[in-house]
Amino acid sequence: MESTKKHFFSDMGVMLGRSMRHITRSMDTIITVTIMPIALMLLFVYVIGGAIQSGTDNYVNYLLPGILLMAIANSIGYVSFRLFTDVQRGIFDRFHSMPIARSAALWGHVLTSLVSNAISIVVIILVALIMGFSSSAGILSWLAVAGILALFTLTLAWIAVIAGISAKSVDGATVVAYPIHFLPLISSAFVPTETMPSGIRTFAENQPVTPIVEAIRAFLSGQPVGSDIWVALAWCVGILLVAYFFAMRVYKKRV
Amino acid sequence: MEKAIEVKSLQKSFKDTGVLKGVDFEVKRGEIFALLGSNGAGKTTIVKILTTLLIQNGGTAVVNSFDVTSKPDSVRQSISLTGQFAAVDEILTGRENLIMIAKLRHLKNPRKIADDMLDRFGLTAAADRKVSTYSGGMRRRLDISMSLVGKPQLIFLDEPTTGLDPEARIEVWKVIKELADNGTTVFLTTQYLEEAEQLADRIAILHEGRIIANGTLSELKTLFPSPKVEYVEKQPSLEEIFLAIIGKKEAK
Repeated sequence: MESTKKHFFSDMGVMLGRSMRHITRSMDTIITVTIMPIALMLLFVYVIGGAIQSGTDNYVNYLLPGILLMAIANSIGYVSFRLFTDVQRGIFDRFHSMPIARSAALWGHVLTSLVSNAISIVVIILVALIMGFSSSAGILSWLAVAGILALFTLTLAWIAVIAGISAKSVDGATVVAYPIHFLPLISSAFVPTETMPSGIRTFAENQPVTPIVEAIRAFLSGQPVGSDIWVALAWCVGILLVAYFFAMRVYKKRV
Repeated sequence: MEKAIEVKSLQKSFKDTGVLKGVDFEVKRGEIFALLGSNGAGKTTIVKILTTLLIQNGGTAVVNSFDVTSKPDSVRQSISLTGQFAAVDEILTGRENLIMIAKLRHLKNPRKIADDMLDRFGLTAAADRKVSTYSGGMRRRLDISMSLVGKPQLIFLDEPTTGLDPEARIEVWKVIKELADNGTTVFLTTQYLEEAEQLADRIAILHEGRIIANGTLSELKTLFPSPKVEYVEKQPSLEEIFLAIIGKKEAK
């Protein structure tokens, strides 16, 4: 008992190093989680952006929060995929039969998702800065943005864990990502919801991504954040708790 | 002699299907013990219970004098599992796989340990290649070498040669024999009679959830009708032909 607890963090570090290598050695992952969002940002700003009335003079400023959420959503399928392969290939069994903290095998994947998303988000923000993104946000606002993004990542990662452990096939493991990809598109991430027909508008305004986008946008532009942050936090924490509960259930069933 | 494994009336069912219906056996320290049985006989279920991956419904299992349900951490300290499919990380290199396991076992000098294992298993030349480029036999050797990191007293090999070509199978047999020569206890499952005959000090046959025979090869032989003398022209088996043609058997 003692030794597995004592080594929890170093075991996690080994697990993190392992799956970070999986990411950096997979061009496919890098393209989907970093290059695609940047390409979308370029497309929206320089091709479509001219025709979009977002109410700000600087469309990059309007767009960036949604792009960041999209990048995170894109990475989620890979969390399921990596976990699924571990279970299938027997690596999970190997780790579980070793004297290490059992949850390290799961937390390693979740932590990897946090670290890799942090890196791709920094890269995307740097590109946005080159494209004319400007922010009046102070250090506290930036920290708040980082906090929301981390919470959003954590929430999606635990959903991905459920899919990765319970799936019967690779397709089943990665399919979880598709509905999540759509949420930013039907939100205020790219255009204000006022322009949408009433049914879609009602959905867009009451789904989790819109308050998250609005809260990040307000933090970055130095506007008052209002109730959005609380709605965003409630969504994230609520889904996170439910996802974590179910993830632990399927995990315990599996081992 | 001290016992490495002691299993008493072990039972396990999945939903309503009873897989193990009261299994008893003992494994002595330092021997190669083979559990023989057809597909679906419950061999992997026994391995999973003994390696703390599954919990039994009834009976007891003691591994290296630790009970698997009450002292799973102590059991994990003293064993190593090589599962049915080579549990290696395909995206890492062979060296990285070994270093990872050494670090997870909290050993000093993980690099040195990895180098020694690579050398011992003839993988030095391929050490810095991704495992996805390895052949089936190389993967199995890496898999077994990963299980040996930290010198566990007892190693479980679940169908170590299933899916390997004849050459690779002989390679793996050689490795297992060396393990036993160095004093490691080996618990082996297999569906190949020849494999059990080649390697095992003691053989148990698992059939329909029970051990129906258990003993040394010569003990098992006495269970059967006494041998008759027949004159049969000895034709080479296809395996012998195959190995003779590729001519690598002698080189090894």
